[in-house]
Amino acid sequence: MRKEKRKLMSPRTLCFLGMAACASMMLSYAESFIPFGLPGLKPGLANIFTVFILYRIGAPYAFAVSLVRCCLTALLFGNAVSLWYSLAGAALSLAVMLLLKQTSAFSPLGVSIAGGVCHNAAQLAVAVAVTGVREIVWYIPLLALGGTVAGVIVGAAAGIMLKKLEKFKIK
Amino acid sequence: MKNRKRRNDIILAAGLIAAASVAALVMYLAAKPGDYALVTVGGKEWGKYPLDRDADVVISTEYGENRLVIKDGVAFVTEADCPDKLCVRQHSVKNGGEAIVCLPNKMTVRIVSDKDIVDIAG
Repeated sequence: MRKEKRKLMSPRTLCFLGMAACASMMLSYAESFIPFGLPGLKPGLANIFTVFILYRIGAPYAFAVSLVRCCLTALLFGNAVSLWYSLAGAALSLAVMLLLKQTSAFSPLGVSIAGGVCHNAAQLAVAVAVTGVREIVWYIPLLALGGTVAGVIVGAAAGIMLKKLEKFKIK
Repeated sequence: MKNRKRRNDIILAAGLIAAASVAALVMYLAAKPGDYALVTVGGKEWGKYPLDRDADVVISTEYGENRLVIKDGVAFVTEADCPDKLCVRQHSVKNGGEAIVCLPNKMTVRIVSDKDIVDIAG
């Protein structure tokens, strides 16, 4: 009976997830120093790990790492408001990415493009809800474009990572 | 199989870029220079400044401070006490419907025209 009890994850997975959470947090932090011309316009490099974990380990783990990353980033470098922005962005983008991955109609690149755009859409929605200013919708085209470009960058990086670490045992 | 996915990826990206471009084009063509810079804080009107007169105002509220400058018909924020300073980095605004938003201070500067005054939400 005791033997049947399944382990939640192997130490190897745990180590990798911890490392991924830490690395993605540092990527979000480093990114915040680079101005990209417009608020909310950034590549979202932390998403590389989310996409990688989504494909290699599983959706629940991707959600967990995203949650940890959002909370730590807000705690260390942000504030209560920025937490809501990143949580909303991460939750919607991950949910959509999971759905698209299940359809198997897209490669990680397409999945991450959809994730990037949804991330921006969610943040825009939070911005409208927080400020009550509907004029923010002016940013929709730019954020859609930015999300697409970000998705391509992230998707390409995640694709390379998935390929290079194909034989690396994580589970 | 791989090609189908690649094709879908490209369709998705192209579709998004096309949609964004069309939306941007429509917004660009619909833009007309506005008449006033309407400052709101927390969703409520704080002040209104005509764009044809140069102005330099400090918007000091319970949420924080922003400095709004109007010069040569365009409005921009030069200073803010928020941590990210995104409102300072944003471009200046002059066309109706354009807005500068400072999320931490719940402050927005929107450009409105005379006819909008009646129906601000429009």
